[in-house]
Amino acid sequence: MSAQEELFHAFLIKYAEIGIKGKNRYLFEDALIRQIRFALRGAEGDFSVRKEMGRIYVEAKSGFDYDEVVERLSRVFGISGICPMMQFECKDFEDIRARVLEYARKVYPEGNYSFKVQTKRADKKFPMDSNEINAALGEALLEAYPTTRVNVYGPDVFFYVEVRERVNLYSKIIPGPGGMPVGTSGKAMLLLSGGIDSPVAGYMTAKRGVKVDAVYFHAPPYTSERAKQKVVDLAALVSRYGGPMELHVINFTDIQLYIYDQCPHEELTIIMRRYMMRIAEAIAEETGALALVTGESIGQVASQTLPSLACTGEVCHMPVIRPVIGFDKQEIVDIALKINTFETSIQPFEDCCTIFVAKHPVIKPNRKVIRRSEEKLAEKIDEMVKKAIETREVLSVSP
Amino acid sequence: METMEVYLDNSATTRVFESVRDIVVKTMTEDFGNPSSLHKKGVEAERYVKEAAAEVAGTLKADSSEIIFTSGGTESNNMAIIGAFRANRRRGDHIVTSTIEHPSVYNVFDYLEKEGAQAEYIPVDKNGRIDQEALLAAVNEKTVLVSVMYVNNEIGSVNPIGEIGAAIKKKNPTALFHVDAIQAYGKYRINPKKEQIDLLSVSGHKIHGPKGIGFLYVKKGTKLAPVIFGGGQQKGMRSGTHNVPGIAGMGEAAKEIYRGHEEKRKAMYRLKALFVELVGKLPGTRINGLEGEDSAPHIISVSFEGIRSEVLLHALEEKGVYVSSGSACSSNHPAVSGTLKGIGVKRELLDSTLRFSLSVFTTEEEIRYSVKVLGELLPALCRYTRK
Repeated sequence: MSAQEELFHAFLIKYAEIGIKGKNRYLFEDALIRQIRFALRGAEGDFSVRKEMGRIYVEAKSGFDYDEVVERLSRVFGISGICPMMQFECKDFEDIRARVLEYARKVYPEGNYSFKVQTKRADKKFPMDSNEINAALGEALLEAYPTTRVNVYGPDVFFYVEVRERVNLYSKIIPGPGGMPVGTSGKAMLLLSGGIDSPVAGYMTAKRGVKVDAVYFHAPPYTSERAKQKVVDLAALVSRYGGPMELHVINFTDIQLYIYDQCPHEELTIIMRRYMMRIAEAIAEETGALALVTGESIGQVASQTLPSLACTGEVCHMPVIRPVIGFDKQEIVDIALKINTFETSIQPFEDCCTIFVAKHPVIKPNRKVIRRSEEKLAEKIDEMVKKAIETREVLSVSP
Repeated sequence: METMEVYLDNSATTRVFESVRDIVVKTMTEDFGNPSSLHKKGVEAERYVKEAAAEVAGTLKADSSEIIFTSGGTESNNMAIIGAFRANRRRGDHIVTSTIEHPSVYNVFDYLEKEGAQAEYIPVDKNGRIDQEALLAAVNEKTVLVSVMYVNNEIGSVNPIGEIGAAIKKKNPTALFHVDAIQAYGKYRINPKKEQIDLLSVSGHKIHGPKGIGFLYVKKGTKLAPVIFGGGQQKGMRSGTHNVPGIAGMGEAAKEIYRGHEEKRKAMYRLKALFVELVGKLPGTRINGLEGEDSAPHIISVSFEGIRSEVLLHALEEKGVYVSSGSACSSNHPAVSGTLKGIGVKRELLDSTLRFSLSVFTTEEEIRYSVKVLGELLPALCRYTRK
């Protein structure tokens, strides 16, 4: 056991935004607790996650791996800070004094810092009030560690002491991911490809508390089993943040070939994307999702120019959320690296769909022209779309 | 037509013989000792190792003491090339190979170049055989090692190893001759002494043995430096606890593959000829390399005009037929096949080439089914190209 596991047995979870949601607050807190429990599933050790007087505590009930727990908690949306805490019983001030000195010695062994003690006395039966405790602890620290100094305006270290049934002592706040707990903002359907952008878009949507399911368009033999596996792997990585996810795999080959046969080649991509949006929307409606999510970013490729976005967007009635719309590629890559999807996204399983990408695709599609081209599909396309939706494969994905 | 499963990727790996499976299970569950242990369990396990060594040595008309078991073809090639170079560096720093070797040879050459070796790469003719004149011109008194593959893994071309061995030794008797026989062992009767081979690499899983096992034949008296160090097993040449299940499986596979060898070869050649004949009738197809007995009995490289190999591969997969695009080992990275380029396959066909590889399990029904499926798929796939 390392020093950290020895010292800290519990974590105080700080949450910013959800604290201000009035009467709905408990819904948010319950969702956060649920997500924390989910994140800790499979971690070494047993934990209790509970709410107590407007706070959420994670307590280790057995041996555990400190770094693992912090890493997992820092993926839970809604958490603004993770405070590793020392928790102890106390009979009197002497207990508190001894433990605070022990804590300071172990956590800040170098001793050269300014500090402030901030006490909250929730247990009003305790004989000293907050100010008295602050003063007495400050004095004890200065005496024990003469190289430290008090600074009440801008200290290097805040020692937070909460006197409740037990005493909570912490000084470090590890930043959480922010956002809102997943499950508090409804559900959306992500169009997930094997690329870099769509997993990031899914992550960013989940960050705002939205449960994200996904749809993937598979086109065998033009896309391989490996390409599909890669998308499943990406969904699993996103679900580390967003929780368990349903992945709808659509066999898109027949539709793609039919479009290829009937429509002008420079319009293939746009028309294909319009059908992807329609299919995604139908599945969203069927499964109770309220919006679509894509990884589109204006101008990144021919099918993502503003005229192209207008043209693909017009086929849906639901809102289309495009979280990375204003990001440059590098900004998206930075997030992909942070959430660990980048390595998977760049695996080189060649996507033979390039056959369906014209060498010179339209970059300013005219909606009227595209609609007219789509009329050439009238004979069979509705039946094909229906079949694709009905025969889809639904995979349950979790980390 | 009913879908049937046809595995035509036997140059990538093979299904193990049942007798191999049995001996692997037995040495994992019953006779699981460590040959280095002093007790009975150890002695029992050692017997498997000795028998396997004798078995594989026998197939090469060699002595058991000339066999070093490794983790497979890649390790054998590494051990042979690095070990020979380091042990003989005093005599020279020149090493020679061909332009169409497997990555486990050419990447080792690459590595040794960084260690100061003078590496030379000899081109091949349009049939994938090394240019012997150029090879001989390259060998000089500083040459410590020549490494030439027996059968090419992508197109099945066969080098006249005996002729090459004799010619090298005539020019520089001290130059070591290493042969990567990973695609040849089990398909050809190899006699290292006659063919003047000093080092020969073999892999188990290409001949219906387990993965993770292979061996290097090292001719008695050959100076070789070990590349793996540890407990001194295998006379210090390859430390590490003997992989007894692998070794026993390797021995069994060698025994089985060389039992009735001539008939097995003939059967494969017959199926190959049938495949070539039937595929040849399909429009837009082209066989790469030599046909008939001038090439290996199990490898057929076919280019399909106007079709992306990967698409065809996956379309075949849907029909139960498993093949490779180019070479399985080089298809993980985007660089197109060195061998196909080396033999002058047209640029537009490089990405339109599949490798079909047979084994002793392949049947005529499977061949006919596969070609029939190809015939059905090609017209549809030809229609969809990038415009």
